[in-house]
Amino acid sequence: MSVVAVKSAATGFYAARFADLRTRLPGHGLAWLDAARERALRAFEQLGFPTTRDEAWKYSNLALLERRQYAPVSVAAPADPALVVPHDVCGGYLLVFINGQFSAPLSRLPQGTHIGSLGQALQQNPGALRGDIENAPLTHGVAALSVALFADGASIQLAAGTQFSAPIHLLFLSTHADCMISPLNVIVLGEGSTATVIEHYAGVAELPYWSNASTRIRLQANATLEHINVLQESAKAYHTGSITVDQASGSRYNSHSIALGGLFGRKDIGVRLAAEQAQCSLNGLYVTTGREHIDFHTCVDHLVAHGTSREFFKGVLSGASRAVFNGKVVVHPDAQQTDAQQSNKNLLLSEDAEIDTKPQLEIFADDVKCSHGATIGQLDESHVFYLRARGLSEQAARNVLTYAFCEDIIAQLPVEPLRKHLNQALLARLPDGDRLTELI
Amino acid sequence: MLEISNLHAKVDGKDILRGLSLSVKTGEVHAIMGPNGSGKSTLANVIAGRPGYEVTAGSITYLGKDLLALEAEQRAREGIFLGFQYPVEIPGVSNIYLLKAAVNAVRKHRGEQELDAIDFLALVREKVKIMQMNEQMLYRAVNEGFSGGEKKRNEILQMLMLEPKLAVLDETDSGLDIDALKVVAEGVNRLRAPDRAIVLVTHYQRLLNYIEPDYVHVLAKGRIARSGGKELAQELETRGYGWIETEAAAQRSGAMT
Ligand SMILES: Nc1ncnc2c1ncn2[C@@H]1O[C@H](COP(=O)(O)OP(=O)(O)OP(=O)(O)O)[C@@H](O)[C@H]1O
Ligand SMILES: [Mg+2]
Repeated sequence: MSVVAVKSAATGFYAARFADLRTRLPGHGLAWLDAARERALRAFEQLGFPTTRDEAWKYSNLALLERRQYAPVSVAAPADPALVVPHDVCGGYLLVFINGQFSAPLSRLPQGTHIGSLGQALQQNPGALRGDIENAPLTHGVAALSVALFADGASIQLAAGTQFSAPIHLLFLSTHADCMISPLNVIVLGEGSTATVIEHYAGVAELPYWSNASTRIRLQANATLEHINVLQESAKAYHTGSITVDQASGSRYNSHSIALGGLFGRKDIGVRLAAEQAQCSLNGLYVTTGREHIDFHTCVDHLVAHGTSREFFKGVLSGASRAVFNGKVVVHPDAQQTDAQQSNKNLLLSEDAEIDTKPQLEIFADDVKCSHGATIGQLDESHVFYLRARGLSEQAARNVLTYAFCEDIIAQLPVEPLRKHLNQALLARLPDGDRLTELI
Repeated sequence: MLEISNLHAKVDGKDILRGLSLSVKTGEVHAIMGPNGSGKSTLANVIAGRPGYEVTAGSITYLGKDLLALEAEQRAREGIFLGFQYPVEIPGVSNIYLLKAAVNAVRKHRGEQELDAIDFLALVREKVKIMQMNEQMLYRAVNEGFSGGEKKRNEILQMLMLEPKLAVLDETDSGLDIDALKVVAEGVNRLRAPDRAIVLVTHYQRLLNYIEPDYVHVLAKGRIARSGGKELAQELETRGYGWIETEAAAQRSGAMT
């Protein structure tokens, strides 16, 4: 069986599902939306599933995902609060999506705002969403598929000047085997508004499923978004997701990507600093075990002068896990006085773990301040001995040092209860880590 | 308490300790002096159980047990404390966390209850006062950005918290100003007790004015070349190590023929 044949079989499968489903997808009948979905589907059919021959997918192989067929139908799940409780970890507002479907009874929505499900927003005020959906990222084949098939997602539209202090938690919970969920989230912050949004993917224990998400973010002048994306997918789940951000002048985008679970994860984050004085920071932490695979591809485009970007990703790899970090910063010709820093630090806890890290600077302007760097290392044995000489067991010493390595990324999360939850989840990934609870 | 007999040890394939014997009884303070590179820190690390320090011959008995059979953390829990010559900086781990984890590891080993937060804090505050340290230092990362002297004080603070039976302090006086030296000496003297012992590795007679040793040993080329009372330290201060090394070499060649 040739590779091409497999590829077209999978592409054909999803195209057929699209044909079955299209009239039942939210917003059907809106001519512009139907056209946008068709366009996305055609892009998917043309691009197909990425293969390791694509430079951007060199180390991340989707062949197994492609071979298995995931049903892009949203299976209605009972609104069981017990499902949500362990994941309801941010306080504040909560939008729950079970197997891709918005569940109003399980959610806590603020009154009188434009925060809710995309499906509802498309019924109430589709015009407001048009530009963002039409411009949703078709970064690669599966991203295009996600846009073609999106069944729901969150719509957050903040009016100018709105200050939202309570976090808005988008929880995507998968409870059904062999399902594919395709959420599309649209987040638009009006001039001078601020919000904290947590995009959180989680699944029931050992279920195989596929989360294929797209998130479109637009920040108007002087708006500030804290965006935390958390992957706690099941041990057999695939996650592919794209986030694209457009920033107007003086806006700030602070992104925190925390990956603590999932068989395979791939996040593409693209930020366009398209007006002066915009700032973005992309932080991330991935902790992989067993045979997990995680891949972060980020790209920051400095299009105009006086932009600032910071990127700081850390990884801890054990077992036979593998991580890929590709951080690209492009400073376009007009982007003088750009200030860009990037770093990726990795801790390899086992000989079988593997990291491919590639910080990439492309600079087309001459008056800029840019730096980048990547490190790969092990725990410092003199540190391990120091702690053992004070009575800590060797495993405890290693865990303390591993935790310490990660700690600064978690410490920057602006949502206190979430920090606690993620600290616990992080410790749970270390051997005997649960014994270190007094650390936090 | 500690019986070291004919100890040979290698580091990175290189013979460093070559037939070292030393006997330390409870209640005693021993000073170990000797030229740079003579093996003082190697001895301290071998006692503490540092990986990579390979004992090729000889034995160490501690409180009647075979010390070399114990892992580093077991030795610490059994009451051995190594004050490091170069304490490492550990970003991300707070001093107070380390102290708490260390104290509770030792207590658990002894079958005692772990200290609750209030008792622990009271204890640590008392010791911080003795060491004349700023309480803020408790909340900083272990030794990170500490000055040389602050690191040494921090070692003694840890020692006071852990109340070891045998403290091996490797050049804890190096890099201390005169006032800090007094504070550190005061900390060490507080630990002196009939059921404990202290081994001080030092280059300077001055420390021994504050902490009076019962015995002074000179380590040269991996063995004890000479032992004496505290007057030996004074003699070294004026005469240096040359004469001992010559004597020791003469003894060795004499023994061989
Ligand atoms: N990892 C190593 N590999 C090779 N040689 C080593 C290693 N560690 C120590 N040594 C050597 O062992 C010898 C003894 O070192 P040690 O640190 O014990 O000396 P010391 O008596 O404590 O000296 P100082 O007074 O300078 O602290 C030195 O010659 C040193 O270079
Ligand atoms: Mg030394």
